[in-house]
Amino acid sequence: MIGIEHYLTVAATLFVIGIFGLFLNRKNVIVLLMSIELMLLSVNINLVAFSSFLGDLAGQVFTLFVLTVAAAEAAIGLAILVCFFRNRGTIAVEDINVMKG
Amino acid sequence: MLQADLNIILPEIILSVFAMLALVGAVYTSKDKMAPMLMWITASLFVVLAAWIGMNGSGDNAAFGGMYSDDAFSRFAKVVILLSAAAVIVMSQEYAQRRGMLKFEYPILITLAVVGMMVMVSAGDLMTLYMGLELQSLALYVIASIRRDSLKSTEAGLKYFVLGALSSGLLLYGSSLVYGFSGTTLFSGIAQAAQGDHLPLGMLFGLVFMASGFAFKVSAVPFHMWTPDVYEGAPTPVTAFFATAPKVAAMGLFARVMHDAFGGMVGDWQQIIALLSVLSMFLGAIAAIGQRDIKRLMAYSSIAHMGYALIGLATGTEAGISAMLIYMAIYVTMNIGTFAFILSMERDGQPVTSIDSLRLYARSEPGKAMAVLILMFSLAGVPPMLGFFAKLGVWQAAIQADMVWLVVASAVASAIGAFYYLRIVFFMYFGEEADGLNGGKSAMLSGVLVASAAIMLIGIVNLFGIEGPAMAAAATLVH
Repeated sequence: MIGIEHYLTVAATLFVIGIFGLFLNRKNVIVLLMSIELMLLSVNINLVAFSSFLGDLAGQVFTLFVLTVAAAEAAIGLAILVCFFRNRGTIAVEDINVMKG
Repeated sequence: MLQADLNIILPEIILSVFAMLALVGAVYTSKDKMAPMLMWITASLFVVLAAWIGMNGSGDNAAFGGMYSDDAFSRFAKVVILLSAAAVIVMSQEYAQRRGMLKFEYPILITLAVVGMMVMVSAGDLMTLYMGLELQSLALYVIASIRRDSLKSTEAGLKYFVLGALSSGLLLYGSSLVYGFSGTTLFSGIAQAAQGDHLPLGMLFGLVFMASGFAFKVSAVPFHMWTPDVYEGAPTPVTAFFATAPKVAAMGLFARVMHDAFGGMVGDWQQIIALLSVLSMFLGAIAAIGQRDIKRLMAYSSIAHMGYALIGLATGTEAGISAMLIYMAIYVTMNIGTFAFILSMERDGQPVTSIDSLRLYARSEPGKAMAVLILMFSLAGVPPMLGFFAKLGVWQAAIQADMVWLVVASAVASAIGAFYYLRIVFFMYFGEEADGLNGGKSAMLSGVLVASAAIMLIGIVNLFGIEGPAMAAAATLVH
């Protein structure tokens, strides 16, 4: 029998993979965008699981909002990335270093 | 019923409709040639709405079944946000025109960001919170990289985007846990579920995730990494905007969620915020010492100031919230003045941001140097200036809440931090001969600079009466 805790575990695992992808990735900014997407989608699993477990629709409405915002976010991220690529000629993460911080 | 709800969000509706009409209008007519006029219209619309919200609003109103609340707290924050955004737009005008970055998208994106901020400070539900936050953040990512032919500006935008998206992810994961363990997304419902001593572990996890998401947005240590790079890379008018309105909105949202939704578990979040506050104050004070770029220095300065403002939140009392609101209002005024000065810094027609270029500035421009001196003393918290009374307010609240160690720590941090503010003053008055600044004689920017410095002196009489509204605002938030 698959209970709520199984869904939560999957979501937590995906979320942590997303965070690690963001911090350990040294290759490519596109991978960062994918990691961000992974984090948002793991939240969606959480919300839908809770929503069905509680019998409350609010969680699924929330999921729809998150999906919409995630799409907008990916669009803006890619747009900024294209501008950056035009100026820098590369999208390797280690080359985002004009300013030191 | 719907009519009453729509009336409550009328200012936000007006701003969004204005943004969309302006976008379509500018695209179909003269595009960037319309930008100067559009900036004036946007700024005056902000001022009119601020006056309207400030004068007309009264009482506690909730719209859409509690998802959106219009109370004294949100009105106070909205007035500060609108006025500071208007000031920044007016200041950007000339700078943008001369550097060829006057695009009609700029005022429109600022308007959309401001709508997002207004939704943030009025949020009464996790969904409203998320939508407001994202509307603000997405607009800010684009504004940061508005000079799309500049490497620094696009890099700033990219860094801001990646770290901002990470913080939204953390916040959202926290929200999903809070929703799951309380069974509702409404703050009032969460507050009912989050009471007593035996809270579910998931609720605490959600609280911690949400707090770290907010800490990112207010740039509190250890979630501050993006601030110096974004401040340095973004065009100066944009940096001026980042340092003012979004900080007020993020702080307002932080306070609202902590008190409206988690008001029953003050003991649990108090320590988290006190820790964030102490770390921010010390890192802001120490890391700024080595900076040579004034925009980077202002980034660390804003990290430190967020630390002081968080003291007010960490007390968890009504006096603390009112002190925090006053602190934010004074901080915004000081920053607008300082950035008016930074915008006017130029040599041979080129903008400069290095601190070394300020050497012996007092000899060529004694009046402006005096105004900068007053602002720097105020930022450092030297007694006769308003900045000191802002700090005094949060200290009093902390002492009332028996958090004396926090007061001692912040006094030490502000003594360390005074060094770099005073070094700027030292350079201006006693520095060695060097290639100084020339040009930059904008009447508008000088006016804003002098007005802000004058407020720092005159305000000590009665704080321009903002104490009353701030206390009323705090009273609606803390139950």
